[in-house]
Amino acid sequence: MAEKEPVKSKPRPIIRLGLFLMSHSLLVSVVCCTAGILALLLLPVLAKNTYISENALMPGSASPMLSSDDVSEASRFVDKILSLDSSSASLGIEIPRLIKQHITALGGEVNYHEFRSQLNTFRPLQFFASPDPGIIQENSSCMSYGLNTVGIIRAPRGDGKEAIVIVTPYNSRKVTAGEALSLGIGYSVFSLLTRVTWLAKDIIWLASDSQYGEYAGVAAWLREYHTPFFGGLGKLHSEICCEPSGFSEFETDAILETGISDTFRHAGTMAAALVIKVADSSSEFEKDALSIYAEASNGQMPNLDLVNIVNYLAVHGQNLRVKVEKIQSFLHSWWLRGLGGLFESLGKLARSLNPQWSFGISIAEYVEGSATLASSLYNQALGVPTGPHGAFRDYQVDAITMEFSRQLSPGYRNRQTEFLMRGGRLVEGVVRSVNNLLEKFHQSFFLYLLTSPNRFVSVGVYMIAFALLVAPLPMVAASLFSDASKLGSMNEQSTSGPFSKPALKFRSWKWLHAARTVLIVQFWGAFMTLLPYFYCHIPNSSPMTRLLIWIVLLIISLLLLWLNLGSIFSHGNNTQSQRTQWAYLKSVTIAAAFTGLCLMSVINFATAEIGALLLVPMCLMTVPMKLKGWTLRTSMQVACNLVLTFLGFPPVAFVVLKGALKGFDSISIGEFWTWMEALWEWNSATYVYICMVHLPCWVLCILTLLHPC
Amino acid sequence: MTGVRSIFLFVLLFFAYETSLARADVGKNEEFSEALLLRPLPDRKVLAHFHFQSTVPPTNSYGRHHHLFPKSIYQLVQKFHLREMELSFTQGRWNYERWGGYDPISSSNAKPPGVELWAVFDVPQHQVDASWKNLTHALSGLFCASINFLEHSTAYSTPEWSFRSSGGYLKYGTLPREAVCTENLTPWLKLLPCRDKAGLSTLMDRPSIYRGYYHSQRLHLTSNEFDSNGLISGVVLDQTLTIVLQPNIKGTGAIFSSGSTLQPSWSLSSLFGRKVGERCVLSKSSNVYVQLEQNLVSQLIKLGNDDKGSHHEVDISQNFVGDRGFAISIPPDRQIREVDRFDTGSLSILHQFSVENYSDLKPFDLEFRWKLPLVWSCRQAPLSVSRYLMGSGNERGSIAISLKSTRTSECMQNADSGASECWLRVDIFQVVPWYVKVYYHTLKVFIDERFQTVANAVERMHVVPSEDKVSPGVMELTLKLPCGVRSAALTVEFDKGFLHIDEYPPDANQGFDIPSAVVVFGDFETSIQFADDDYLHNIPLLSKLQEKSRVVSYTEVLLVPLTTPDFSMPYNVITITCTVFALYFGSLLNALRRRVGEEGRLLKTKATKETGKLSSLLARLSAKLRGKPWEPPEQSSSSASFFNRKLILKVLLVAGLAVAWQYYSG
Repeated sequence: MAEKEPVKSKPRPIIRLGLFLMSHSLLVSVVCCTAGILALLLLPVLAKNTYISENALMPGSASPMLSSDDVSEASRFVDKILSLDSSSASLGIEIPRLIKQHITALGGEVNYHEFRSQLNTFRPLQFFASPDPGIIQENSSCMSYGLNTVGIIRAPRGDGKEAIVIVTPYNSRKVTAGEALSLGIGYSVFSLLTRVTWLAKDIIWLASDSQYGEYAGVAAWLREYHTPFFGGLGKLHSEICCEPSGFSEFETDAILETGISDTFRHAGTMAAALVIKVADSSSEFEKDALSIYAEASNGQMPNLDLVNIVNYLAVHGQNLRVKVEKIQSFLHSWWLRGLGGLFESLGKLARSLNPQWSFGISIAEYVEGSATLASSLYNQALGVPTGPHGAFRDYQVDAITMEFSRQLSPGYRNRQTEFLMRGGRLVEGVVRSVNNLLEKFHQSFFLYLLTSPNRFVSVGVYMIAFALLVAPLPMVAASLFSDASKLGSMNEQSTSGPFSKPALKFRSWKWLHAARTVLIVQFWGAFMTLLPYFYCHIPNSSPMTRLLIWIVLLIISLLLLWLNLGSIFSHGNNTQSQRTQWAYLKSVTIAAAFTGLCLMSVINFATAEIGALLLVPMCLMTVPMKLKGWTLRTSMQVACNLVLTFLGFPPVAFVVLKGALKGFDSISIGEFWTWMEALWEWNSATYVYICMVHLPCWVLCILTLLHPC
Repeated sequence: MTGVRSIFLFVLLFFAYETSLARADVGKNEEFSEALLLRPLPDRKVLAHFHFQSTVPPTNSYGRHHHLFPKSIYQLVQKFHLREMELSFTQGRWNYERWGGYDPISSSNAKPPGVELWAVFDVPQHQVDASWKNLTHALSGLFCASINFLEHSTAYSTPEWSFRSSGGYLKYGTLPREAVCTENLTPWLKLLPCRDKAGLSTLMDRPSIYRGYYHSQRLHLTSNEFDSNGLISGVVLDQTLTIVLQPNIKGTGAIFSSGSTLQPSWSLSSLFGRKVGERCVLSKSSNVYVQLEQNLVSQLIKLGNDDKGSHHEVDISQNFVGDRGFAISIPPDRQIREVDRFDTGSLSILHQFSVENYSDLKPFDLEFRWKLPLVWSCRQAPLSVSRYLMGSGNERGSIAISLKSTRTSECMQNADSGASECWLRVDIFQVVPWYVKVYYHTLKVFIDERFQTVANAVERMHVVPSEDKVSPGVMELTLKLPCGVRSAALTVEFDKGFLHIDEYPPDANQGFDIPSAVVVFGDFETSIQFADDDYLHNIPLLSKLQEKSRVVSYTEVLLVPLTTPDFSMPYNVITITCTVFALYFGSLLNALRRRVGEEGRLLKTKATKETGKLSSLLARLSAKLRGKPWEPPEQSSSSASFFNRKLILKVLLVAGLAVAWQYYSG
């Protein structure tokens, strides 16, 4: 038989494999997508226990030095803060003054830092640029000044090249008990650290004013620290402004620091930052609890070692209950329990086969893990920092927010000192550990998801799910393209005869029309990205109206687009060419989605992961509704398509997800808009992703659905 | 008995003669003297400044054999033709704001952290580099420090005029990361004739001097051996140890009505944990001084005035010591007062205590006790300097040097105050390692928060751009600031370079140091002028204080985080490169070697010989891959069974191995 047919040159195995996958793209995509979702669900099982990677940290190797004297002093300090008249207008000055007095008495250096409340504005052109020296708004009034107090301890024998920052945010207008306690913890640690001999790095205590949000004060101080502005017009303005509010009094009480007490003080490169907060609500557990927040902007995380030492010292040193944020509604969901049960029994089965295979975890563990994982994934995907620590990450400083919550019990007075002792000792331990560091944090992971305070999924594991989800996209695109081009060529051969070579030559350029469509839709997406920038200045509009404006604009622009694009649908006049047209369109759409997802996975992996979950099935399923007759299969397909496309519209996806998690009664449509606005105010890449990848793909899918063929 | 007495007398007379001879030949003999200056600091700390001086007359008049002068140093001078050299080991930072920046001690003893070495050579220009290299190695061996790292041309520089004028014979290098420890102090002490066995250096109890807030051990060498007009003494070696200590804060809980707490009292034994037993008999003089600063003295006078009324002023100003503000346990041998030259009002006072009359049985222990809380501040340099990095990330950044006026009016008076045009000149000397690529054209100067063109604000400028892996960048400039300046800032941008993998130091992830910049206030000279007394000139410490010296400040060391490779990366890199190479060469060879015609023929022959179940299966699969219908080849050969058996054997072998592995490893 071999002799009968002419010997063809056999293609290379890799090409053969590709061809094979292309020819079975349906099966491959179904298998890959299922496997991807399964891998995502398996992540809590695959999580590893955390360990301290950097040996120099040595957490807990020294016994804490914070004594009861420090704590009682701090307790007195807290009482002083709370006893300040909260109704008086000068509270915003009284507390910084009190802090300054105490720092001076301890022998630390101190200075004030005034800042303006600066609205977060979306700067589309400087998206990936480093934070720039703030453009000062000239018309801001005098009342909009915040006042940070910065205390610095110079390490006695250190060389002052590095510093550790402790941040205690408080609202200077109305200080709560929790904020006062956090200031107390900061003070107790600071007073201890002025005396210790082991300090190698300078200590900066930033009592940041959170009247414009916790983030704003810290970010303003960091901006001044890293990119000071020498032009000076703003400063002069502030001096004039703050004169009547009692600043001149300050000069008198500081006899020690003659001369240069108000200069902005620097203390070397920051090694790490700890934000200390105390929740006003009590913890729901029988012990004091500590919540760790680590997510910074665009899904950046601090080094895992920092989380580890806090967790290690809190659990083993101070007997605190450590928790990370989790999605509460996941804890009671039946399907997670079911899945957990399945994994548990699988684990048991595996263990019965070989006692060393111990990958099974219990149902409760699985459910907790997946709730935490989902929250971790969501927070990273959101790209909005979960606390003031986010400001540090913008300057490549590892930072973490530690939120203590008290167990409420009678005997409040004793509890306060005990609580201060615990918090102070924990912070001291972390500072001491970081102080041991010779190099900056680099040993452990930067890309990870937490499934519990002491378990994590590293990037090597969680990217499998994404890779599996995305893998079918290029294959399907290629197979669609090859099918369409084959069909097109056959079509042309049948119409113009077998000898028309030019037609054969040009058949491969058909996809250009589809590419043009995709390009135009992408441009439209870019336009939609910038759109809120123009009309967000409309005053007094509720989120609801803004959302409506956005949707109306979206529809209008889409209609305009449709009118413009109408030409491409009339391009092919027979069904055969239209058939190839939609295949080309879908293929290019999928290619665009693939590119977008892959790009996004570099910027913010979690966004890409969640985006892939929504986008991949939608893109893969879309088929023109008029393709075939109305059989059961096609109607199923059409229904599936409609549901997926409906869910793919971002507001709908948001509302449905939120409703599924928190119940539909508490939800309003306007929430989506506030969410979107938050995204673009925080410069989140997720916003860009939604507008430039997700929305265009959704529109293209609709185009494919409505394709007249 | 009489014989013994006469011998004793003779010996006594002889010694008397000897000493008188020695005194007569001042300047011709070797000399050694020791002194310790103590000064209470405003922030409850105490400054202790040890000063040891050894001198030797020029070789051509004295010869090469020495009794006191350390031979190693003498050999250094001889071998490398040193004219001047200074080596300092420092731990901690001098706090200019609290400990002062204007007096002679701070301007000559406040040094940057780590090691600083500069030397002026008396050799032809082309030999300077070689001399420097040899010198670093010699010093490295002498002081058990890694000074030899200054040998490489990337580590040292040649300041032209800003650091001190030298005309190219001066070399300057720093090692900011050098840790200072007792192993550096011991060789330093070995240079003293009494080591730390007798004299003031017995106070140097290692734990207490290294517990301090600042520790700077300095060695300064001047020689005019090789000058044509060698007038003064040959080689002068000054060794100083400046430490800032925190007295124990026991028993100072008393809070006075004013709310301020009493300064902690201290004594030599509480500061150092030791007392001075006996003076070093080889030293010409060994004194302890307690210095009260100008501002402290004025506070004390004010205190006296408040207390007793103004008509007692003269009396009080003579006698307040040990009366009102503080008390010293031992009456001073001598009170030395600064001479007022500018009518600044207050003057500093030195109390001198001689250690000569003390012995091991009756050790010298000075106690200083505060009676009333006093608050004062040290004299500041005209501008306080701080330097910091701006920007973040691994790509670029900028260095900012900011100068803030300390608003001390007296400094401004000292400046050359022309009636209308009054300028303050500030020399800045900055060395930047080559991997921090400074763009000197981006130099920006802001005076009083206003941008100034460089031409306006900079009087002189000398820039040597860095050369990769050869030399560091050097920037010297003289800022010309108006006298009433409140603040000035200087920024220069830089790019961060890449290093070769073997150029990274250990712990590369810590970052890289930019050495301190030196800021010299050229218009200001600091000295403490005492009443003209020949006696004072014979005491080296006091004559050092009287010497006019320039006001110098050092800035902080900066830490630049550079991009560092993941050092476990080489393994990964090797793996991936091997893979890539294998793939590349494999396919290349394939493409080169294969011939389509050959292939076809080979296929044909293969198809005829196709045998075995597995191969048929494979063929079926490949046919499936190619999307062709599978045609079974003819079964012809008898070797199929043999082939099968072999295969089954292989499979069994592998399975057996796997089972064994599973069994034994578990």
